[in-house]
Amino acid sequence: MQTVKGIGVRASLVCCEAGAAGRGFRLVLKPSLSGIHGDTMTENGCEYRDRVLTMDTMNPNVKRVEYAVRGPIVQRAVQIERELKMGIKKPFTEVIKANIGDCHAMGQKPITFFRQVLALCSYPDLLEDSKFPEDAKSRARRILQACGGGSLGAYSTSQGIEMIRQDIARYIEQRDGGITCDPDNIYLSTGASDAIVTMLKLLVSGEGMSRTGVMISIPQYPLYSAALADLGAVQISYYLDEDNCWSLDISELRHALQEAKKHCSPRALCIINPGNPTGQVQSRQCIEDVIRFAAAEKLFLMADEVYQDNVYADGCKFHSFKKVLFEMGLEYSEKVELASFHSTSKCYMGECGFRGGYMEVVNLDPEVKVQLTKLVSVRLCPPVPGQALLDVVVNPPQPDEPSYDTFIKERTDTLATLAEKASMTQEILNQVPGIKCNPVQGAMYTFPRIHLPPKAILEAKEKGQVPDMFYCMKLLEETGICLVPGSGFGQRDGTYHFRMTILPPKEKLKIVLAKIKEFHQHFMEQYS
Amino acid sequence: MYRLQSLAARSLIAGALDLCTPLTLTSLTGVRHKSQGPSVEKCGQMRFITAEAKASAGRLDGKMREKTLTMDTLNPQVKAVEYAVRGPIVLKAGEIERYLEEGGTKPFSEVIKANIGDAHAMGQQPITFLRQVVALCTFPELMDSPSFPEDAKWRARRILQGCGGHSLGSYSASPGVECIRKDIAAYIEQRDEGVPSDWENIYLTTGASDGIMTILRLLVSGKDSSRTGVMIPIPQYPLYSAAISEMDAVQVNYYLDEDNCWALDINELHRAYQAAKQHCQPRVICIINPGNPTGQVQSKKCIEEVLHFAYEENLFVMSDEVYQDNVYAPDCQFHSFKKVLYEMGPEYFSSVELVSFHSTSKGYTGECGFRGGYMEVINMDPEVKAQLVKLLSVRLCPPLAGQAAMDVIVNPPQPEEHTFKQFHQEKSSVLGALAEKAKLTEQILNSVPGIKCNPVQGSMYAFPRIFIPPKAVEEAKALGMQPDMLYCLRLLEETGICVVPGSGFGQKDRTYHFRMTILPSIEKLNVLLGKVRDFHISFLKEYSGLEWDEI
Repeated sequence: MQTVKGIGVRASLVCCEAGAAGRGFRLVLKPSLSGIHGDTMTENGCEYRDRVLTMDTMNPNVKRVEYAVRGPIVQRAVQIERELKMGIKKPFTEVIKANIGDCHAMGQKPITFFRQVLALCSYPDLLEDSKFPEDAKSRARRILQACGGGSLGAYSTSQGIEMIRQDIARYIEQRDGGITCDPDNIYLSTGASDAIVTMLKLLVSGEGMSRTGVMISIPQYPLYSAALADLGAVQISYYLDEDNCWSLDISELRHALQEAKKHCSPRALCIINPGNPTGQVQSRQCIEDVIRFAAAEKLFLMADEVYQDNVYADGCKFHSFKKVLFEMGLEYSEKVELASFHSTSKCYMGECGFRGGYMEVVNLDPEVKVQLTKLVSVRLCPPVPGQALLDVVVNPPQPDEPSYDTFIKERTDTLATLAEKASMTQEILNQVPGIKCNPVQGAMYTFPRIHLPPKAILEAKEKGQVPDMFYCMKLLEETGICLVPGSGFGQRDGTYHFRMTILPPKEKLKIVLAKIKEFHQHFMEQYS
Repeated sequence: MYRLQSLAARSLIAGALDLCTPLTLTSLTGVRHKSQGPSVEKCGQMRFITAEAKASAGRLDGKMREKTLTMDTLNPQVKAVEYAVRGPIVLKAGEIERYLEEGGTKPFSEVIKANIGDAHAMGQQPITFLRQVVALCTFPELMDSPSFPEDAKWRARRILQGCGGHSLGSYSASPGVECIRKDIAAYIEQRDEGVPSDWENIYLTTGASDGIMTILRLLVSGKDSSRTGVMIPIPQYPLYSAAISEMDAVQVNYYLDEDNCWALDINELHRAYQAAKQHCQPRVICIINPGNPTGQVQSKKCIEEVLHFAYEENLFVMSDEVYQDNVYAPDCQFHSFKKVLYEMGPEYFSSVELVSFHSTSKGYTGECGFRGGYMEVINMDPEVKAQLVKLLSVRLCPPLAGQAAMDVIVNPPQPEEHTFKQFHQEKSSVLGALAEKAKLTEQILNSVPGIKCNPVQGSMYAFPRIFIPPKAVEEAKALGMQPDMLYCLRLLEETGICVVPGSGFGQKDRTYHFRMTILPSIEKLNVLLGKVRDFHISFLKEYSGLEWDEI
């Protein structure tokens, strides 16, 4: 550190700081605000002063958190976008972000009816406007009546607006063929992520051998691994079967659990269905097996069902864990603890920005439920516009209402386009030698396996990069396409993947896929 | 249990007891003082465990079946969390409301919720301009509508241009929409008379609570005597104690000076710091200015002292400034910590780590439901900042509608714009009414024997001290509840007024308070205060007997 001189070495200072781990001080540069030059400056133009919050003193669990979907590759993509704006020449003119399931950002249009209701709720003067259909107005009035002071600006109860919870319960009953749903078991949330983290927070306890272990699929959506790291829980990985369309194999579950029991206390099992990043849709048989397994092993089930409307493949159908559980009989339906999650961000709505979501809890210990309510009350309430949106999602226009036709057309178009893009993505990727892609049965992603030549792996290692990160970075630099490396989701050792969304408009998606094809071929040539 | 049962017979508490399951009783014990060591915690848990065993035995009727997630296996930190603002008293209020709705009779016709700073629920109207911009962003077809002013359309267009696919339905970058961050920085510079603000130091949040929790999460580390200690005022807003419990940090209490308008006393800070150093590592100081629940507005000199103290003792400063627009007392003014820090000179401004928080929920907009907010982070280690961004990114982004609302607050109509007049008129009318209600509350409460209320200089609350006769204190103790909880439950049962007991915020031993908001309409507030007065007098009469003359 002593060799550092002058202001011009700012960049290298950061490295020095990293190297100074454990010493508890940081080098601070005086900001060059005009008129502020204290007498305290040292001869080098900088001085040592303790910082309270440093890499050494910060929460170690936070340090362990990783979230690839918005990781380094996305930061580089943003940087490249800025460079393009500044006029720096690149082999492409725009960055295409296929890294995140953000439908509207990729040009998907919002469902008109939903936005009408939200606008009416936001600015109730519009209830006098004849351009808004009556069904939208009646829903907005109903929502506002359930809000404190008739305003979206009031806090709701922490569990969410009661009327909306009732609507959700009815929707679930209808979806599940009449199986009852108690509105009191519904908790609205700030996107599904919020609810998932909250449930995990309840479940984590113990020390050492008795520390809570949580089973998650590999590949997984990295919210799970991030939350587990943050909470200091033990991650138990079970691998999905890539050779079998990423299906879930019960013997693998059993194996993972037995191994984990040696060093932690496995207490929860997380399932993502339809799968993220893997796009598989779970069969009913498989769900039954999972439930039986959870019951036998006393595992709390967490079913992430945010893609429940996103099923494209013929022969595949979405089965909710709740429905299957209740159809398996009292032995299970009165016993297995289940939380299932839904969101406004996916399906045909794609309304990510509103951060709407809910969870349904089944068989939760009543006292724990009180604790859950207490915990969510500290954050006061989920955003009310997101709650309002969720209400229209579960209570959409009916056949006898004026907005019905438009609504159905918009919904059908969106889902049909997604289905078309799912099969197109799979077809084109499978044409590329060295890329192998399972069918995108559901969700919004493809997670193809890519063959990387040993030379490329070596070069990546020399650069200190995971090989598929190396691949994705190169793809980004050369084509402007932003994908997430498979390593961010987890994969079997020695295999490499990337996740890409199927969300870009069809024409753009074609270009993206063609560019990937070209890039991959070139990459293979270069490193073979 | 015996005690509870015998007391349940007493009519006054019969209703209140429904909610006092053994579990919630634990949470009635008030703010947890970590510094008192594990005994408090242990005793609370033990009480609960016994009760739980009984409860489950009864429930299952001998047919024992294990659940995976039970009170025994629940995350113990979650168990320790307490949040009085939405605690048992509010649950009770909800029950009474439902009872009234179903045709039940009470000595009152409605429950008045003065427990939470929820302005719109109390009838405050939204600022028209803000809602116009949000509606335009939500349903951009309205851009063609002649009934929306150009100023609003212009802002909505600008916000939408900052959104992916020009839709509020896309995720934003995790720190927030870039143009909104820039508007916030410009607003702060203007507020602080030119003190520079870098937009890259601005992070949008899901209400201020989210920002406060996130920063605390970064700061908590270490074990035993190296565990992070967090200095918080007592009385405090219980988000802080709840977050500290949840993260298993050490709560370090510094007491505000009630005899001196709840001012912060620097000697008390020193005392608390030195005492805490014996068993933890105090690393953070939290300030709420204007104060919640105490309503004081900090003087500039006092802020300087706090910052100097933080500088000397190497403390990270978190300043909760969500009530910055809510200053009513003519001799008070809001000073931002950032500006004072700057004026103290470069030695301070370039070194003290400071995060300040703001929100759409308070001020004159009162838009709680949108969950908008931001924090400005100064002098944070660049590597830690990268960690902060990573942590925020796991939750993807704060709600876009809340971000849009925040943008309007920091970029309101200007004098040359058409909407200025109406905007200004609405804003002054809200703030004027609040100032009037602050004064009214203080005056009426101080006219009641046995209630003493400091001036409500700012924010939205009064936190009067109430005299509770020894007999009532004893009765509360027998019930296993805090005396001011007993007081507030009875107030609720008898008048329908819902206020939060002081024990939920923390207070000096053997002093009792309640927090009430000044948000009900003036007419309603008058009625409410009259009822509080009548209730208090009859409460004193009931419990004081011969001591009445001494009050």
